[in-house]
Amino acid sequence: MGAIMIYCPNSPPGKTIMKTPVTNVQPRNRRELIAALQRVLPSQALLSETEDLRPYECDGLSAYCELPMLVALPDTVEQVRAVLVACHERGVPVVARGAGTGLSGGALPCSNGVLLSLAKFNRILEIDAANRTARVQPGVRNLAISQAVAHLGLYYAPDPSSQIACSIGGNVAENAGGVHCLKYGLTVHNIQMLSFLTIEGELITVGGAALDAPGYDLLAFMTGSEGLLGVIVEITVKLLPQPERAQVVLAAFDDVEKAGAAVAAIIGAGIVPAGLEMMDNLAIRAAEQFVHAGYPVDAEAILLCELDGVNEEVSEQILQVREIFQQCGATESHTARDERERALFWAGRKAAFPAVGRLAPDYYCMDGTIPRKHLARVLRRIGEMSAEAGLAVANVFHAGDGNLHPLILYDANKPGDLERTERLGAKILELCVAVGGTITGEHGVGVEKINQMCIQFSASALAQFHALKHAFDPRGLLNPGKAVPTLQRCAEYGAMHVHGGKVLFPDLERF
Amino acid sequence: MQTTLSDSLRSTPLGQEADSILRACVHCGFCAATCPTYGLLGDELDSPRGRIYLIKQMLEGATAGQNTQLHLDRCLACRACETTCPSGVRYGRLLDIGRAAIEQRVRRPLPEQIKRHLLRVVIPYERRFTVVLRVAQTLRAFLPPTWRRSIPPPQLPTSWPRSSHERKMLALAGCVQTPIAPNIDAATARVLDCLGISLVRASGGGCCGALSYHLGAQEDGLEFARRNIDAWWPHVESGAEAIAINASGCGVMVKEYGHLLREDPSYAERADRISAMAMDISEVLAKENRAALAPAGIGTARIAFHSPCSLQHGQKLAGLVESILESAGFELTPVPDGHLCCGSAGSYSLLQPELSRQLLLQRVLALESGQPTAIGTANIGCLAHLQSRTSVPVRHWIELLDPGASVVSLRDEGAQVELTEPTTL
Ligand SMILES: Cc1cc2nc3c(=O)[nH]c(=O)nc-3n(C[C@H](O)[C@H](O)[C@H](O)COP(=O)(O)OP(=O)(O)OC[C@H]3O[C@@H](n4cnc5c(N)ncnc54)[C@H](O)[C@@H]3O)c2cc1C
Ligand code: SF4
Ligand code: SF4
Repeated sequence: MGAIMIYCPNSPPGKTIMKTPVTNVQPRNRRELIAALQRVLPSQALLSETEDLRPYECDGLSAYCELPMLVALPDTVEQVRAVLVACHERGVPVVARGAGTGLSGGALPCSNGVLLSLAKFNRILEIDAANRTARVQPGVRNLAISQAVAHLGLYYAPDPSSQIACSIGGNVAENAGGVHCLKYGLTVHNIQMLSFLTIEGELITVGGAALDAPGYDLLAFMTGSEGLLGVIVEITVKLLPQPERAQVVLAAFDDVEKAGAAVAAIIGAGIVPAGLEMMDNLAIRAAEQFVHAGYPVDAEAILLCELDGVNEEVSEQILQVREIFQQCGATESHTARDERERALFWAGRKAAFPAVGRLAPDYYCMDGTIPRKHLARVLRRIGEMSAEAGLAVANVFHAGDGNLHPLILYDANKPGDLERTERLGAKILELCVAVGGTITGEHGVGVEKINQMCIQFSASALAQFHALKHAFDPRGLLNPGKAVPTLQRCAEYGAMHVHGGKVLFPDLERF
Repeated sequence: MQTTLSDSLRSTPLGQEADSILRACVHCGFCAATCPTYGLLGDELDSPRGRIYLIKQMLEGATAGQNTQLHLDRCLACRACETTCPSGVRYGRLLDIGRAAIEQRVRRPLPEQIKRHLLRVVIPYERRFTVVLRVAQTLRAFLPPTWRRSIPPPQLPTSWPRSSHERKMLALAGCVQTPIAPNIDAATARVLDCLGISLVRASGGGCCGALSYHLGAQEDGLEFARRNIDAWWPHVESGAEAIAINASGCGVMVKEYGHLLREDPSYAERADRISAMAMDISEVLAKENRAALAPAGIGTARIAFHSPCSLQHGQKLAGLVESILESAGFELTPVPDGHLCCGSAGSYSLLQPELSRQLLLQRVLALESGQPTAIGTANIGCLAHLQSRTSVPVRHWIELLDPGASVVSLRDEGAQVELTEPTTL
């Protein structure tokens, strides 16, 4: 990796900003770059005035901001290619952006780079009902795919809670998950083919019509690559037939730990729900204020358990699930009265993060996974840590796959609150790792969890990640400073966090 | 979101209101998904989240110039974003505050100023508008088709019921609705008459003030509000039950009088009362026993309902008119993406013609997709705008319930609309 590390300057004061290391020199001449990009883009597709750049300074994680040097809004693949080539020639970093709903700062701009928005690529190119696939542009919203194929009795299974807004390109880049991923897999299991442009402007297509292609599985490589390897310009997604019946059971508990135990019991009984989600009291109240779904607002926790398949199978499983809920001490459990109520139950769950915005001005959404059997224990520990830190934590998460989303409520206008929040967040993630889990479930590493990567992976594993990146992007221009920490960074981070008297990465030289 | 408004701004009521709205936004981006302008342009700056950010930086003291103004101008104020926002961000209010602030900072080019001024001094005044409309209608036949289509053909007034009931509700005098479609008020009066309610026109009232208020002339807008309050008040004191409004764009404004005039000691209390009494005509009907209504077109008419933004997003009454029409026996055709604006949006169709045209074409395609015999809507602006692009008759839905009307006869009238350009995107 022998490149010289320099840092993006101009971090706004007062915001905790992770300095983004860039493996290249500053652009020699901003004006020259603007002129070059103006030649390849339509007139309104290049933003360069601060006034216009500011709203692009952050994604869904607004605590991290960095003003991009320029924003490009191409609407053809040829324009994207031209932007990449122009930037590559000049050694200018490029950060891809979909809908900007990411929660790990993946689309955080680089101050001496171009932010490349794919939002104008919002067309569904082809629907192949016979083969159950759809060929789409990267900016198409996740939900728009299911809506467009609903009349054919099909849908696209991965459904992040942000599905109304997030782009399929962003889903691929983050390997997004969602409520239905427990049964139907993550994004990586539901796509068939990808086309992407390398920073040098080469168009590469990976995957294919056949289910298994010879050679390395490059499709899997690209999925979750967080914009570090290439810019995705087309995706073929797999579609599933809508189940004959889908029903949801809502169960209320007077104790979060009981709900946690019920999750383990359901999975332990060999049932594979289409979704198994949990919300605690704070989240229930916030979501109820928005959707009026009739959630029990006094419950300490609710579980939403969706069952789908053929009618008899679903009926049988409903009975089983309700019995388990009863045994685990549910205070009530019932199915949705009709399709409208089922939709409402899910709408509340899916809107729960932003709905928490009704309770506090800001929240910090964590994303870690743990083995399901530790759910009850970890939730209790999070509750204790929340009390110690004096910051409320709302829990909304994909309980079925052990993917936690503690939302730490804070007030960014209060000095010191964000720092305390970040410390609590780091402790929660370290707890996940300690019980055998990981630091990212589905929101990606981005810039937010880059330090925790040092805890999750050894120095040699990180070196392998860098080697892969180098193979696609030797100059390190695509989304620099995200997802994979440099070893130097891990050394610095280790110096700050001394664990049990032992420094992390003791074998690394410190600066 | 974090905000750093200056202390001086934060000490004013408006500053506090803006700050609290800004802070409620958690920057999730959900709202962009249902924003018509983001859908067309794909630029964060033309999304609600982007506009909130533009307003935020302006109020925080950063340079805000023509670009900020452009993106705020492009906003339809349709408030679809408010319906979508899980965090309850009151975007519409923030936009008003933002627009007033940018108006102070950025001078518009002269032709633009003149255009806006003309809109403000003609449209809200019924008599002035009538003169302009009648001249246009006279010249209609001689104009090129594209112009001709945007001028509604003259409509003859129909009679109001003579009977007087004990139960009384007040009508809004309004501005453009009577000159364009006098039948809407008359039909409303006839429908209410069937239910044993008299609709009363109070003298002295006029435009609701929304047009001026949203065109950067907030004081003018409030003046219109005060005039209406003065006109209605004696009737309120003598027992009128409600203000029954049949233009949803005006309804949303009247419902906000209380909030907008809260700092005006001589009007605050009355404004509050008036707002509490304001009801969309659908809210009125929903509460009444409608068995006495026997609409003419039932059984034959298939209706596509276009729910105006001011009805579904502004007044949060999505689905209400649809359920009334269905319970009256009409068949409703499906309308894809029914949350989207038709592009009329007050003066938007005149100020942002290109975006407005694209939205109109999209909406007409969606409304026609279920092959309706008539299109129903709830606001005069949408009605005229949609009719300019479709040969399917567009009517206020209350006209469909009017015991005196027949949907078939409405159809012939609609067919006069010449469509030379194909309705495609
Ligand atoms: C309220 C809320 C709820 C959420 N719930 C979930 C959930 O349930 N499950 C889940 O997995 N996530 C969830 N997320 C996170 C987020 O929505 C996902 O990570 C989503 O996949 C991001 O998509 P986007 O289009 O917004 O991408 P962006 O945020 O714009 O970008 C995300 C990353 O992808 C890269 N990228 C974007 N487009 C491309 C492209 N075309 N080519 C290459 N790289 C690209 C960017 O560089 C960046 O690194 C949630 C977010 C919010 C705000
Ligand atoms: S949906 Fe609401 S909270 Fe989310 S970005 Fe839009 S306005 Fe802000
Ligand atoms: S009011 Fe309408 S046009 Fe304006 S930002 Fe909201 S959704 Fe978009």
